[in-house]
Amino acid sequence: MANRVQIPTNSSALIAMIADEDTVVGFLLAGVGNVDIRRKTNYLIVDSKTTVKQIEDAFKEFTTREDIAIVLISQYVANMIRFLVDSYNKPVPAILEIPSKDHPYDPAHDSVLSRVKYLFNTESVASGRR
Amino acid sequence: MSGQTQRLNVVPTVTMLGVVKARLVGATRGHALLKKKSDALTVQFRQILKKIVSTKESMGDIMKTSSFALTEAKYVAGDSIKHVVLENVREASLRVRSRQENVAGVKLPKFEHAADADAARSDLTGLARGGQQVQQCRAAYVRAIEVLVELASLQTSFLTLDEAIKTTNRRVNALENVVKPRLENTISYIKGELDELEREDFFRLKKIQGYKKREIQKQMQLQLQLQMRSSSDAPLNKGVSFDSSRNLLAVADKDDDIIF
Repeated sequence: MANRVQIPTNSSALIAMIADEDTVVGFLLAGVGNVDIRRKTNYLIVDSKTTVKQIEDAFKEFTTREDIAIVLISQYVANMIRFLVDSYNKPVPAILEIPSKDHPYDPAHDSVLSRVKYLFNTESVASGRR
Repeated sequence: MSGQTQRLNVVPTVTMLGVVKARLVGATRGHALLKKKSDALTVQFRQILKKIVSTKESMGDIMKTSSFALTEAKYVAGDSIKHVVLENVREASLRVRSRQENVAGVKLPKFEHAADADAARSDLTGLARGGQQVQQCRAAYVRAIEVLVELASLQTSFLTLDEAIKTTNRRVNALENVVKPRLENTISYIKGELDELEREDFFRLKKIQGYKKREIQKQMQLQLQLQMRSSSDAPLNKGVSFDSSRNLLAVADKDDDIIF
């Protein structure tokens, strides 16, 4: 397959985050955060002052950086840039939509889960349980 | 249907028939193999699908627990803890290790989280108060990361497998519906064409045989007539006289030419 994306096997990749402050703080406490020499962070705190443009830029940057394997994104943030998240189809880095504290988690919006449902509509894998 | 009539553009010969038959055998074997691969991938795919759904469910719970732990820590250690945490970000101590897993020739990425053991967070977050809660909060988030990393690797496998299954199925269908019928059509075409040639050849041989037979009969009749005529005036020159025998060459040019 010519269009197959090469999956890099590196021993230490980062987890990037685009989420609200509390979620980011929690994950930073766990030791996910990384700041490189140029003061670039691997997370973006989304608050009321953050513009959609900023989120878009961060998303694009995180998905193109080579040292990032997983991008965690709060679902309500993902909803803001839904078109970008849905059009993203590379396996690495993996985009993971996580629930945030003050926004209820809706599995119907999750791009992967909706694909699961779409593929297995007749089966009760995803549709029946939730 | 246009798919039924199409065939390869080949010269109908016995050699070509052999070649095309060999190709058909190869296509059949490839089709069987690809079918097997597709089945194996689908089995894997369904397993992953089930795991994704269950992990997504547990992710909700774990995120809830860790959020609650953070709230606890904030309550005990004060709201200013987040500034301390945000300021203390240096190097990631929790990273992801990725490796590949091979399922029926498809490389699936697998992520594992890897914590730096020596960087066991010697920072002083929550030293003043609420250290216990902060530690609990951290543990909760590390657990959340574990689940999320697993989910990420499942999700990545899901996407990769989805793509691989689509490609494999496309190939299976192409072999089954395009390549194999075309080869079969070619084989029947060559066979028909060879039969036609054989019939033509047979007919030609028959025709020639009949012609020859007719010709032979005609000659036999001619000879018979000749004999009859010669036998009617046989008594006259039955005995060959010395004169006539000597004169044989002079008489010979009066004979009829015999055409075979």
